[in-house]
Amino acid sequence: MKITYMEDMPEPLFKRLGWLDWGYSLLLLLGGIFAFSQYAEFMDAYEVGILFGAVVVFSMLGWLWKPMRLLLLVVAGISLLAIQLYDGSQASTEQVFLLKYLISSQSAIMWMNVLFVLAMLAYWLGFFARSAFAEKVGSSLVWSAVVMGFVGLMVRWYESYLIAPDVGHIPISNLYEVFILFCLITALAYLYYEGQYAMRQLGGFVLIVINAAVGFILWYTFDRQAYEIQPLVPALQSYWMKIHVPANFIGYGTFALAAMVAAAYLLANKGILASRLPSLTVLDDVMYKAISVGFAFFTIATILGAMWAAEAWGGYWSWDPKETWALIVWLNYAAWLHLRLVKGLRGPVLAWWALVGLLVTTFAFLGVNMFLSGLHSYGEL
Amino acid sequence: MASVIATLQICEWSLVLKSESSTRRRLYELLSSMRFAVSVLVVLGIASVIGTVLKQNEPYTNYIVQFGQFWFEFFEFIGLYDVYHSGWFLIILVFLVLSTSLCIYRNTPLMLRELRAFRENAKEVSLRSFSHKYEYHTPYSVEETGSRLAQFLTAHGFRFKTVDQADGGSLFAAKAGSYQRLGYILTHAAIVVICIGGLMDGNLIFKAQELLGYKKIETRDIPERSVPPESRMSPANLSFRANMTLPEGAGANAAFMRIRDGYLVQDLPFSIALKAFRIEHYETGQPKSFESDIMIIDPEREDPVTATIKVNHPLIYKGIAIYQSDFGDGGSRLDFKVWNILGSHADTMPFTGSVFNKYDVSGGNTPLSVELSDFRLFNILNLSTDGKGKPRNVGPNVTFKVRDAEGQAREYVNYMHPLQLDGRQYFLSGMRSMQQDSYRYLRIPADENGEIEGYMQLRAAMFDRSLYPELVQRVSHLALSSHQEVKDETQQKFEASVMQLLQAFSQGGFGKVAEMIDAAVPQEQRAGAAQAYLKVVTTAAFQAYAMNRERAGLPPAENNEALQLFIEDSLHAMSDSFYYGAPLYLQLTGFDHRQSSGLQLTRSPGKVLVYSGSVLLVLGIFAMIYIRERRIWLLVKPENSRVLFAMSSSRKNRDFDIEFERMRGKLARLLENQQE
Repeated sequence: MKITYMEDMPEPLFKRLGWLDWGYSLLLLLGGIFAFSQYAEFMDAYEVGILFGAVVVFSMLGWLWKPMRLLLLVVAGISLLAIQLYDGSQASTEQVFLLKYLISSQSAIMWMNVLFVLAMLAYWLGFFARSAFAEKVGSSLVWSAVVMGFVGLMVRWYESYLIAPDVGHIPISNLYEVFILFCLITALAYLYYEGQYAMRQLGGFVLIVINAAVGFILWYTFDRQAYEIQPLVPALQSYWMKIHVPANFIGYGTFALAAMVAAAYLLANKGILASRLPSLTVLDDVMYKAISVGFAFFTIATILGAMWAAEAWGGYWSWDPKETWALIVWLNYAAWLHLRLVKGLRGPVLAWWALVGLLVTTFAFLGVNMFLSGLHSYGEL
Repeated sequence: MASVIATLQICEWSLVLKSESSTRRRLYELLSSMRFAVSVLVVLGIASVIGTVLKQNEPYTNYIVQFGQFWFEFFEFIGLYDVYHSGWFLIILVFLVLSTSLCIYRNTPLMLRELRAFRENAKEVSLRSFSHKYEYHTPYSVEETGSRLAQFLTAHGFRFKTVDQADGGSLFAAKAGSYQRLGYILTHAAIVVICIGGLMDGNLIFKAQELLGYKKIETRDIPERSVPPESRMSPANLSFRANMTLPEGAGANAAFMRIRDGYLVQDLPFSIALKAFRIEHYETGQPKSFESDIMIIDPEREDPVTATIKVNHPLIYKGIAIYQSDFGDGGSRLDFKVWNILGSHADTMPFTGSVFNKYDVSGGNTPLSVELSDFRLFNILNLSTDGKGKPRNVGPNVTFKVRDAEGQAREYVNYMHPLQLDGRQYFLSGMRSMQQDSYRYLRIPADENGEIEGYMQLRAAMFDRSLYPELVQRVSHLALSSHQEVKDETQQKFEASVMQLLQAFSQGGFGKVAEMIDAAVPQEQRAGAAQAYLKVVTTAAFQAYAMNRERAGLPPAENNEALQLFIEDSLHAMSDSFYYGAPLYLQLTGFDHRQSSGLQLTRSPGKVLVYSGSVLLVLGIFAMIYIRERRIWLLVKPENSRVLFAMSSSRKNRDFDIEFERMRGKLARLLENQQE
């Protein structure tokens, strides 16, 4: 039977992939194989698993969200250029012009900071002047900031090996590094929803929380010289870090995003700036989606953390302050999701809850390190 | 008659039963309700906060110091020092398990029914009452429409059932994403499984045994062998988390579990011996790895098992995981020179002892004992003045207590090598009278050879009264050289006061000198007098230094800035010695390092449950969030060739509205398209 009338029927993901998608995945795979052939002797089985797992995960991400492909290629390109310029010497940071002013890890991270601030200004200008152009500029600035941030982390990863081979490690091991990760993940999550919902009005709101983190990074850099790369303490020398920390920050990032959307919701609900903001339904929807992604990843991160703890500290759960606060954050959003999904609750109560949730999350992320002591003391201020 | 009474009784009984069952019913309703579940989540969250704010499982003396006796006892009574193992916390957890289990029990049958049902009995009237519905007019025959709809539904991942209607038409009852419901069941089952696993690994068995009086914690500080059986757990104990500290070359077959203000001994089915412990460092001095070479001697095996464990790489033997968790001194042998820091001689006494032992150092008159408590080979300190410099290793130090006749103890920490502070080298010795205080440091300047001898000789000379006449002569000669040669009254007076000053200094340093000034000089002249006195003492010290050199047959020292600073620092150190709390300075001169390794041993049978529960949890969460349950009904009516489309979802949200619109459009093209 002819089925011409079926032309707008859905097709499975694999059939929808174009040659760009496959080319992208092939590049990733080649990169993975290259890394494996170069460094296999320094990796244990788990790390090899993580390497090729990353190929799969980033392939999927690129297939599902096309801009990711370009982002990854640009970050890889610039990072490889930087590594080329280093030429195996730490001193290049100060000697090579391009490194010194643009793409050494410290410069790239500074550029990220600047771009995030500019992006926020552009978004707010666009928001109040109802200028789609300014908002578009804001969006491009966020993309550029994300590129610079990831380049900064990649190059930092390389730089750490330049200090000494045994010092080298993935740059997600202390408060300074994870704050950068937090900015990047929150920004990426926002960009995803910006694309999905074709709206840019929330950029200014989300960038408030990102720039708060940028402020912290700046203070931490100039007052505490936190940018210096420190070797890993024995407890952190584990492949678990590579999966536990990013999963956790997807949680933190999306919870922060949800809280800022909740703030916009509360304003719109009171009629403040309502004409400039997306509809309440859209705001509510973004908030819910961000929290559900965050909840899923936060759950995974906490479980991975427990598994790591079982290997490093002798028990999967020790009621350490960080663990306990992770549980509190989890319980908080579990209650939120119960109300929303089972009770079908909507409206300002949930928005307030999401906003207060940010305080709880911030305490778990930062407050525990500042005020409480325990096993999890890598990020002490 | 009897039967009537019996009937009445039965009636009463049934009444009682009825009211009882309705209370039970209400209780069941309450416990399995959403509101209760959310409340338990919130209460658990708040309860958890307490244990993070108050440091848990500290030694009880710390709590007494912190809260005072009254509050200490009250907080102990409500179990605040070990919140997560207290009775009331356990009850909250039990309620969580209960509420979740009842929730599963109550909703699972319903959900499974929903999961299977197509709801093919929907009536047109009810479909028309849907909020998401649309009616099409189609040019196609009932058969053609039916086959198009079947393909459409299949292509969109819907499973369906067709039911012929009385009017010759048919109803397509379709659904997709039914497994969303499975998400609910999985997540809630996961919570129960995880909690049960966690409870298995808690200390419930001991708690029960303690409550029944079979076991009790040991609070006395006695050797492991003397701990009575009621404070020991057998090797068969299903679940435990215990610690042991092994010095290098030693072994043990029992570990300790700290509970409240006491402990339990956990006997092991094998013994563990520590062959060696190693710390590796990065170039910057930070620790890079902690490793223990251990040997397991199992009575069931012929030869011992050897292994190296390190952080993140435990050894699992016979279901017991052995972790590297701590390290410390294992009784190093230490050599000292003992200096009498208030005495008038520079002689030393050799002294050798090992860490964790107690020694009598009375030396005749006052009873005094030294307890060596710790030795550290590496000490990474940041000594830069602004705190911004790089931390580095400053070498070994020793911690000890000096106890006097009254049993009063002071704690000291002495560094073996001089430390660079403000550009100068000092031998540092910290002192504190209370455990919770921070150390106050005595800074003894190193001499030009980087040794402590120079200071000790100067100190001896300054405190040696037999040298004072000559010292006074020299000072007076220097001070009054510009004046006349005759020894007049002024000079005699001056010399007498220098003598008095030196005596005061040797009795109590600058503090005593200040007292002397306060007693003798009117207030307005004190600042000036202090200046003058300081100058005199400094001059005397220079002369004492010179005398020492003369006696040793050395040429006079060049009077440069380094020497001036050395003299100045020495005078401060001498003055501070009076507040040092002990007349002795223990100079660490050599050591034979013996380390110990802290091992943690755990057996946690609940781990398997917790991990499988975690897998269920993740699967469940993804199913719940990312599988969207939707149902579609398409009622094909031969009369006027109409198709009624209705759609519903378990979650009414924006995605559903969008999907409905998309479906509506597609169906319109499918059913109303005339060209083909």
